[in-house]
Amino acid sequence: MLSHKEKEEIQEEISLYPYRAAACIDALKIVQRHRGWISDDAVEDIAAELEMARDEVDSIATFYTRIYRKPVGRNIILVCDNISCMIMGFESVYKHISEKLSIRFGETTSDGRFTLLPVSCLGDCHNAPALMINDDLYSNVAVGKIDEMLEKYK
Amino acid sequence: METPLTKHINPEQPPLTVTEYEKAGGFTGLRKALTEMTPSDIIDMVRNSKLLGRGGAGFPTGLKWSLVPEKAHGSGIKYLIANADEMEPGTFKDRFLMEGNPHQLISGMIIASYAIQAQKAYIFLRWAYKKSEAILRKAIAEAYEAGYLGNNILGTGYNLDLYLHSSAGRYICGEETALINSLEGKRGIPRAKPPFPATSGLFGQPTVVNNVETLCWIPHIVEKGPEWFRKLSLTGEGGTKIYGVSGRVKKPGLWELPMGTPLREIIDEHAGGMQDGYVLRGIIPGGGSTDFMTTEHLDTRMDFTSVRSTGSRLGTGTIIVLDDRTCPVAFILNLIRFFALESCGWCTPCREGLPWTEKILKSFEEGTAKPDDLNILSFQTRYMGPGNTFCAHAPGAMEPLQSGLKYFKDDFMRHIHEKHCPWR
Repeated sequence: MLSHKEKEEIQEEISLYPYRAAACIDALKIVQRHRGWISDDAVEDIAAELEMARDEVDSIATFYTRIYRKPVGRNIILVCDNISCMIMGFESVYKHISEKLSIRFGETTSDGRFTLLPVSCLGDCHNAPALMINDDLYSNVAVGKIDEMLEKYK
Repeated sequence: METPLTKHINPEQPPLTVTEYEKAGGFTGLRKALTEMTPSDIIDMVRNSKLLGRGGAGFPTGLKWSLVPEKAHGSGIKYLIANADEMEPGTFKDRFLMEGNPHQLISGMIIASYAIQAQKAYIFLRWAYKKSEAILRKAIAEAYEAGYLGNNILGTGYNLDLYLHSSAGRYICGEETALINSLEGKRGIPRAKPPFPATSGLFGQPTVVNNVETLCWIPHIVEKGPEWFRKLSLTGEGGTKIYGVSGRVKKPGLWELPMGTPLREIIDEHAGGMQDGYVLRGIIPGGGSTDFMTTEHLDTRMDFTSVRSTGSRLGTGTIIVLDDRTCPVAFILNLIRFFALESCGWCTPCREGLPWTEKILKSFEEGTAKPDDLNILSFQTRYMGPGNTFCAHAPGAMEPLQSGLKYFKDDFMRHIHEKHCPWR
């Protein structure tokens, strides 16, 4: 069941488009903002709200990288592994975080605090290596500063 | 030297508000366009300026606008979209323009919308650009408040609504028809052309999609004229260009320089040359989907025509530097892995060919590649070349590979003979 608040926010997006299904990506983002990820039930609820087939909604949900169809941790670490960051040493950044949290790309810590994911170019190439934690961008990431950085996210 | 696009940008300071930008003369072009010029005057002016699209393809902007029919069929609505889905590996220029001076982009969008008589405009923004999003939201609200957006703009009777859409990821959404599908709430898969967006785009209506840097030019061209614009350049292609450099240089960054600035000057003077202990081996001139250039091309003037004559493309003008301590095969593998991951999966050559290519390149890095694998790689560049795929995604991915095979063949061979990556 979509909450009252979710429905209200989705309705607002629908009003900007010529037909309901056009708000599908917005609806997925809204529900994910409230719940952290998109469950099978959420797909079904969104489909009903937008008068779409469930599989159609799922085909869209699974297409977009930033829609999570599996549970994720409270904080998401996105490490850029693209070319400029590769040249500037993303691997040592990844290795440090991975060892520190005992998770690899695609995994979540057992306490549900962090999920670690690779990400394509963050558009901060002159400040490589770069990473994002939730909505925060970190530039010129130095391995020695990572522990302190992670401390801010509970 | 004039730097119109970055004149009011100070990365240390918050961007100018609508009032501050007004005081700095920022809305002069917009005012002139809406109160003194007809839509076709503006299109003619942009055509005369010979402005080429700054998203990578270099398509003439005025020509793109002139393809939009005067009267729209169906709902009667026309759309303008700013493509701010910057995600080309190594590209970071549009973020700088949006965060540094949002009102420059917004006034460019208003003029462009007026020129094609669009009633609705969208900024399709990369999800990762959170700071850009906050800055643009504030700027759009200010522009409404000041009467530059909404109904009866500047008392001219012209109405325009501008929306900000933050995307949900996927590189392919930067392709204009995939972007349109995504804005309609669908999977971001490119559409067959024709029909072109100019006649049938967003929700089937006439639509123009322009890159951020392109739109930022419009207020300046309208204010100061096409001749002024053409003279800013060192070559036949007008304007300045935002060039960028990333990789092992002393001062990676972005600079607004005359179009056609030589590659050597960009790398040696502006980027400060190579870091100590690193030697330049090659560069990718404009994002991951452009061919390598090497040290023999350092005197190339960086405009669309001159870069094309080296066999590459100017692309986005943001240069990635390959140094001697980075393996060229690993460099290319990194790019191909990106393109394989970001393929939308719609057409077979791209969906299957890119992961296959990635697998072969990986075998070079792991030391298990055979001499015949070089031939297979070379076949791939032809199978996924222009004309064999649904859109430009796979052909773009093949550009660094085909030129890499040409310029760094010895390095590929060493991986085969030494049975491991010599850089590891």
